Order: sequence, then structure tokens, then C-alpha cells
Amino acid sequence: MSATTSAQPEPKPKPQPKPYVNPYVGGLLLGLVLFLSFLLTGSGLGASGGVNRIAVFFEDLIAPGHVDRNPYLAHMAGGDANPLLNWTVFVLLGAMVGGFLSAKLHHRWEVATYKGPRISVRTRWILAFVGGLIMGYGARMARGCTSGQALSGGAVLSAGSWAIMMAIFGGAYALAYFLRKVWN
Amino acid sequence: MDFPLTIEPVMLKYLVHFIIGIAFGAALEMSGFAISTRLAGQFYFKDQTVLKVMFGAVVTAMVLIFWFVAMGWLDYERIWVNPTYLWPGIVGGLIMGVGFIIGGFCPGTSFVSAATGKLDGLWFALGVVGGVLLFGETEPLFHTWWYSSYYGRLTLFEVFGTSYGVMVAIVVIMALLMFWGADYLERKVGGYTTGWTRPAKWGFGLLALAALALPLFGEPSVDELWARVAPEMEPKLQAREVYIHPGELMEARYDERFRTVVLDVRSEADYNLFHLRWAHRAEMDDLPAWARRIKKDPRLTVVVLVSNDDQAATEAWKTLVALGVPNVYILDGGINHWLDYFAKDDPRIHPLSLTGGAASERLRWDFDYALGETSPAADPVPDWGWHEELLEEFQPKIKLELPAGPSGGGCG
Repeated sequence: MSATTSAQPEPKPKPQPKPYVNPYVGGLLLGLVLFLSFLLTGSGLGASGGVNRIAVFFEDLIAPGHVDRNPYLAHMAGGDANPLLNWTVFVLLGAMVGGFLSAKLHHRWEVATYKGPRISVRTRWILAFVGGLIMGYGARMARGCTSGQALSGGAVLSAGSWAIMMAIFGGAYALAYFLRKVWN
Repeated sequence: MDFPLTIEPVMLKYLVHFIIGIAFGAALEMSGFAISTRLAGQFYFKDQTVLKVMFGAVVTAMVLIFWFVAMGWLDYERIWVNPTYLWPGIVGGLIMGVGFIIGGFCPGTSFVSAATGKLDGLWFALGVVGGVLLFGETEPLFHTWWYSSYYGRLTLFEVFGTSYGVMVAIVVIMALLMFWGADYLERKVGGYTTGWTRPAKWGFGLLALAALALPLFGEPSVDELWARVAPEMEPKLQAREVYIHPGELMEARYDERFRTVVLDVRSEADYNLFHLRWAHRAEMDDLPAWARRIKKDPRLTVVVLVSNDDQAATEAWKTLVALGVPNVYILDGGINHWLDYFAKDDPRIHPLSLTGGAASERLRWDFDYALGETSPAADPVPDWGWHEELLEEFQPKIKLELPAGPSGGGCG
């Protein structure tokens, strides 16, 4: 594990970043948040749905006619429909705020790129972008990502969500060997 | 069934989602999920953080959710259970796995990572935006396939033919075995030295106990559920707020703001003699299945229960209301009262004089032969002559109550 931090003049010595919580404690915290979400709103957590709607919002600004002619897109943003008025958008924005606050409070906020030791920062960025592209595509195809399907659907025992969870782990393990030099 | 809450106005609901989102993002960051190398370590058997956090969260939420369901506090039919589209899900999942091992994040973690200043997280997040746009553009190419292998709201315990309690216990045992295996791997491959600490052992013990006790506890009976809502609902029955006049039922059929489901709870013999054209016959034992079906349907639905008088329908009303069905009403006076108005539309229907009051639940009408739904009295239309006068005779009682979801999943 190595980090490349951009050089920034520090006026005073930087406080030490606090260690991460034990993974089981992390799981407990995340599980409580997920439970509260179902209890209060009837829905779980999600991320790719919010990304989708924000992306479609901008697509609709640029090419509204195109959006109206594609039934999949028109469902979200056809005519006067506002794709941003959906709970997934608010969960995603909240998650970013929460991640930012937590990183600041624990002194873990830093401009950095995490990568395996054998690849350059530029290669890491390209791989991250390509990986994101594939992930975004797969998440829409599966109607939800790790948050909306594996985590939320898993907790309420949706059969399809468990199949998706297995497929995600399966796909990653199957390809891991070929990408070992990227990460190790 | 107090939960899930119905939060109105919708902007307040969005605020709740936003606050939950903040807690979500913080929990991910605190678990180290903003760091790609930590996430990817899962797939090289070195660091089992992903497995522990993910399955830890799934079993924690699952045990709490199903205990709340078992206690009758949370209505499982009204929470969002992702519908199953099997093959698009599996192929999409495999593609996500590939994206994960190449890029080192999933969508949620990449956005959180970007918010903590990580540039690889930012690039991945931008990639996700590109990916979802690309999907929107290419979806029309395989639109039919994307909607194929649809099983609706299919649960794991339905697939395995067990109760949810047994399923929860199985999943928890599976998760504990995986945690044990994960810690074993971390010691062997990752070089970690940590074993399970005392609080961890207590935590796992408590989890196992909660999960194993659930199938023994069982599900709440309809009577228990009714006892819980009775203080609120019994006055509505006393004030006859939920008994609608035959004229209102006739009109409801043509009201386009909602769909009307009429459930006829009489015997098959009476049903065959005469029933409303749009009525479904429902045995008392079938009512829980009807409740599930109605609550799953996203359309705004008004349910009207029908018996010969209204005693049996009132019992059925209690069952559906206890099971959390919104907008349930009873036909005031039942079929007997209905025919007081509409028998004149059909010369084949004659009044019978019966002793024994309204509680007898006997049909007070005679028919030349079993009419079923073929009688004009089975489907009167409001704007036919004298029916219009009837509409002025009653006070409408149907008040539409919006059900609180399930509103949709993370797939947006």
C-alpha cells in the first residue's frame, strides 16, 4: 500500500490520521444505518441510482429531445419530469457529505492516489476510470450496485440481490489473478 | 405496524434520506472503504475487510429488520425488496465484479473516496457517471432481455421454501462461518495476528442467539396484530366510518383516481346465486394472500368487503386492517342492502321474508336461477336514470390514504 500525496505547504504539524475502526464494528455501524433507513423510509441505501439520475439530469439539459425519445431515459426525465427528485440522489449527496466530514474529523482528508506499488499514478487513474465505466454499466444492468442490491436487497432477503452479490464477488475473484500486478 | 413511517411532505422525506446518507458515508469512511487498495486486498486473500464489513452490515440489518417484523412493528410488505430480474442481475453483477477489480471501488465507495480527497476515487466516480450514461444509450439495444427472467418480489425464503426465521438463522450461521474463515485467512496469508477479542465473541454470540431464537418465536398471528391496532380502529367501526353506502360503491367503480377491489367473503353457493360483476370471491383463509397482493401493487387501491349483511365483512375488515392494508371499506348492509336498491333492475330477483336479523348473514333474496354476475343489478351504471338520484342519497365516506411505499429501490 503506498500513497502519493501532492505537496502542500503545511503551516503547522499535521495531526496524525486516526486508525480505521475494526471491520466488525464498521459492519455493525453500517448495518444500523441500513436498518434505520428501512425503518424510517421503507427503502435501503443506494448509490448508482443517484449517480444515474444526476447524469440523466445533465443529459436532459443538453439533449432533451434525445432523452424524450429513449423510453428508458424518458421514464426518469421525459417531458417535465425532474430526475433529481428521487431519494437515491439525496442518499448519494448525503454519503459524500458524511464521507467528507468523517475524513476531516479523523484527520484522514488528503489529496492522494492509492495504488499498487508496480504501476504509475497515471496508469492507476486510467484503470480507475475504466473500472468505473465498467462498474457503472454493470450497476445499471443489475438495477443497482453493491449498496442498492448486495447490501440493501441482501438484508431484506431479496433472491435476485443475493444472486447479484454472488456474481459481483465471482466476477472480481475470477479476474483477480490476471490483475495481480496492478494491486500487488 | 408503525413502521416504515409515512413521511410527508416529500421534501421532509428527502431530508431524512439525506441525513441517512451522511451516516452511510461516514460508516463507509470509518471502515476504510475510501481506500482502494484496502478494498482490492479482499480479492488477494490478504485483507478481509470488505467481506467482514459487508456481511456484518447485512446480518446486523437483517436480524433487526426481521425481529421488528416478527414483533409486528415493521410491515415487511411495505419495505422495498428488490424485484428479481435474474439474468440481467447476474450478468450485471459479473460486469460489476470486473469493474471492481480493475478500478478498486464500487459506485458508493468511489464517491465517498472522492469526497475524502482521493484522486483514484474521483476518476472512478467519473467513470461510473460515464458508465451509467453509456447504459442509458445502449439499453434500447437489449431492452427485451433487460426485462426478462422477471420473478417479481421473490425472497430467498420463498426460493428455499422455509419461513423467514429459518432463513435468517441460516444466513447468520453462514456469515459466522465466513467470518471465522476470513480471520483464519488473514492469519495465514495476510500475516495478521489478531484473534477474536472478548467483545467480538460476545457480539457474535448475541448475533447467533438472536438469529436462532427468531424461527422459534414465529410470526405474529392476525389476532395479535388486530389487538395492536384495535384501539385506533375500533372507534372507526363504532362510528360506522368505514361502512359505505351501495351508491358509493357503485360510483367508486367508475372513479378513475383509484382502483376498486371488491372482495366477496360469502359462501360459494351464495356467490353463484348473485355477486357483483367486479367482485372476487375470497375465503377468510385467503385474506392474508390478498393483503400481500394488494400491498405489493403500486396502484392506489380501495378495497371493499362484501357479505350478505355486514357481520362477516366486518371480520374480514379486521383481518385486512390488522395486516396493514390501507383504504379498506365495508359495503353497508352487504348484498341484502345492495339489492334493496338494485333488485328493481332485474325481474328475476324477488325478496324473501326471513326471520332473524341482520346478524344472520343469510341472503334475503330469491333468484329464478343462479344469476352469478349476469344480472343488471350486478353492475349498475351511475348515470342510468334513477341511479343518479341514488347518488344524492348518501354521505361519501371513502377518504384516500396513500400507502407509504415501497416506493422504489436503489436502482432509481
